[in-house]
This record gives sequence, structure tokens and C-alpha cells, in this order.
Amino acid sequence: MERQVILNEKHLELTLKRLSHELIESHLDFSQTVLVGLQPRGIHLVSHLKATLEKILKKPVTCGNLDVTFFRDDFRRRERPLIPSITNLDFSIENKKVVLVDDVLYTGRTIRSGLDALMTFGRPSKVELLVLVDRRFRRDLPIQADYVGKAVDTLISERVSVEWKETEGADKVVLFTKE
Amino acid sequence: MTNISVDHLTGIKDLTQQDIELIFKTADSFKEVINRPIKKVPSLRDITIANIFFENSTRTRLSFELAEKRLSADVVNFSASGSSVKKGETLIDTVNNILSMKVDMVVMRHSSPGATEFLSKKVNARIINAGDGTHEHPTQALLDAYSIREKLGKVAGKKVVIVGDILHSRVALSNIYCLQKLGAEVMVCGPATLIPKYINQLGVKVSNNLVEALEWCDVANMLRIQLERQDIKFFPSLREYTMLFGLNKEILNSLSKEIVVMHPGPINRGVEITSDVADSKQSIILQQVENGVAIRMAVIYLLAAKIER
Repeated sequence: MERQVILNEKHLELTLKRLSHELIESHLDFSQTVLVGLQPRGIHLVSHLKATLEKILKKPVTCGNLDVTFFRDDFRRRERPLIPSITNLDFSIENKKVVLVDDVLYTGRTIRSGLDALMTFGRPSKVELLVLVDRRFRRDLPIQADYVGKAVDTLISERVSVEWKETEGADKVVLFTKE
Repeated sequence: MTNISVDHLTGIKDLTQQDIELIFKTADSFKEVINRPIKKVPSLRDITIANIFFENSTRTRLSFELAEKRLSADVVNFSASGSSVKKGETLIDTVNNILSMKVDMVVMRHSSPGATEFLSKKVNARIINAGDGTHEHPTQALLDAYSIREKLGKVAGKKVVIVGDILHSRVALSNIYCLQKLGAEVMVCGPATLIPKYINQLGVKVSNNLVEALEWCDVANMLRIQLERQDIKFFPSLREYTMLFGLNKEILNSLSKEIVVMHPGPINRGVEITSDVADSKQSIILQQVENGVAIRMAVIYLLAAKIER
């Protein structure tokens, strides 16, 4: 496996700042907007975004975690059952603007499950999608992100991994290529 | 550990501690799901489940049906009364006929101990035991242990006393296996005639004194006297049983600490438990029923993952 860092710590910080400003541009003071991270990997991005946004806005931003396991389309098509993570949405999404947040957008299937899972909590007025890495031209479904940290062109055999200080020891985005 | 080790749930005896913890972890997620405005997930859209009940049931049957429907499975119900069983059809024939209509999973309650175990070896479907005679009732034990975990934080190290008709109770046997696998201490309490002779070989304590047992425990699981299974008299009268083994408010208040009261239902109010105890703050009887749906969703979900297409 060849490793190539496509976003280092410094760069990632800049990207998070830019994404935060883009979000503020369309959501202003976040009074009607909530961030929802998709389990398991989107939740770290949400906590980083929340910290950055709150530093700029100087007020709390509502965030939650959503598990999509039971809405996936690959149940029983894998060797092992899909084990759920925790869903933590302790607020109403009714008539709110929801920004779904995930680390990597690839086939779009997780986002599709995320949309279905989200709708079981009520009817948001609008749903947008934010991803840190967009693996372009690899979609199985007609889904596109509204906010993109970095767009990359990849092969199916490649893998993109977003790593964080709290889980992997350093903030960076890595592209793995099979030799 | 991300996979349950069994293909069928015939009894707690076959499960490992990891299996039980996996079921609990999955049930945590389903408990959150059934408290959403839309209490349904599409995981089992392509699965058909038959509920086959050769014995009466309200709670278990409703709970299984709700669990199946909330997982989006297709459900068919069958009860022995008003069926061809009365015309002399064998168990295997009945089930195979149902399976030939493309059913993937069978939830069965039967009056013969071992009926689900037998069936799991003979037919091509996942089998879940919803109670087989006086043998096991695994989902009840799982939801009981899950309710204890929810109420007290953990099961390991807790002391649980099961009071009543231990001899005829499948709930008691499944509970003993389940609680012991999770590291709890178990005592059984009841009239000597209703306690199986060699039960101490399962590693449980035995007591014939209710107050003594309640002073020892953190949790008391009160069982119903199963008159329908008692072909001879095991005690002189129900009134005497109530006086010696019935739980009432005076006994509860006289204990040195606050204990948790459970009951698998159906309750015979005024026999094994008085109304004021059943409806008290210490009783978690209705939480048990709520947890039952989440536990059954978890069991069905994990076993359905093993169905091959």
C-alpha cells in the first residue's frame, strides 16, 4: 500500500475554516440550522466544524449524530451483520435546515441511507450535504455535495482515509494506493 | 465479535456471553429507534417471518409481531386453535407447509420442551424459541437481564432472586442461564414442592423463606403460579401460597434496602404480587415490556443476517 497525504494538518485546518465560512454564508447565525454527522466517521468532522463555527460565531451550534445502519442497502449482502453505532439527535429537526456531514463521499449509498434515516425524525425544511473529501466520478447514485473540502479523482482500488488527532493521532487525509 | 455464534435461538444455554452483549448493544440502537416519531427501519424488507403459536400468548406474540413489523419484515401469524393441527398434522409437516410458502424465519411457541431444538434440526429456516413447554424462553430472559442492566447499570455482581413456580417455569431456567453468563448471582425461592430437586447443580442458591431471599437480593423476579401445568396439587391452597410467597407493600417496606421488582407477566394480582407493589416505583414491569420489543428486534436482526440468498 502506498500512502500519499492529500491534506496535511495545516491544510486541513484551512479547509475546515473555509467550509465554516461557506456554511455561515448561507446559514447566517445558525438559528434555524443543525449539523448532523453520519456515524461512524462523520461525527469527528462535525465536532471539528462545531468548534470552528462556535469560535467564529461566538454562540453554540446545534449538532447531532445519526446512525444509518438499519437503512443501508447492503444488509445480508456482507459476510457479517452491520453493527449499529449510537444515534444522538436530542432536538427536533422539524422545519429546520439540516446539514448532513460525512468525511468521504464515494458511491453516495451512505448518504442515501442517511436521508432516509433522517426523515424518520421529522420533516426538515431543507437538507444539504457537506463532505471533507469528494471522490469524483465514483457515484452509484445521483447524489452531490453542497460543500466540499477537497475533490479528488480516484480509482476503485484506491482508498481515502480521513484521520483525526483523537482517533488516529494526527489530523490528515491520506490516499492509499495498491501497488 | 460482530457476529452471533448461533444460527437459531433455541435457548440461552447455547449463547456465549459475547452473544448476549452483542444482542444488548444492538437492542440499545433499536430502543432508540422505537422512540422516534417514525418507529420503523427498512432492514428486513425482503424477509418473511411466521409466528407459529401452539400455546396461548398475548405479550410475547404481540411483542414479536411489533418487532418484526418495525424491522419491515412480512409477517404471517398462525395459531394452533382453528388449524389443521387439530386434524392430525405433525409439527414438521405443519412447519414445512408454511416454509414452502417462502418463509425465512419461524418464531415458535410450543407446549413440548425441546420442540424448537427439534425443529431447528429438521427444517430449513431460522428458528426462534418463543417458549417451549417448561424448558426455555430465551427472549424473556434476555429482556429481563437487559432491564436489570438498564435499571442498575450492569448485571455482573448483582443478586437476583426468582420467586415462585420454578418447577414449571421456562422463564426461570432461561433467566438462570442468562444471569449467570453475565456474572450475576441467582437464588430461587418458593415452596419446596415447586423447586426442582437438583437445581443447586446449576449453581443457584435455594431458599424457602421469602423475606430472607428478599433481604439477600438486589432484584426480585416474581413468577406466576402456572396452574395450567400443574396436574397435581403442589401446595394446599393459593391463599396459603400468597401468605408465604406473595410480595406485598409491607414486606417491601420492611427491607433494609430498596430492591427492584420484576414480573414476566401475566400478573395474577393479589396472588404472587399485590397491586400496590406491581404499580409501585420499584417495579419495572412495564419497562420490561417496552424492552421486549427492542430485544426481539435485535435477535431477529442478528439472526436474519445469517439467512443466505
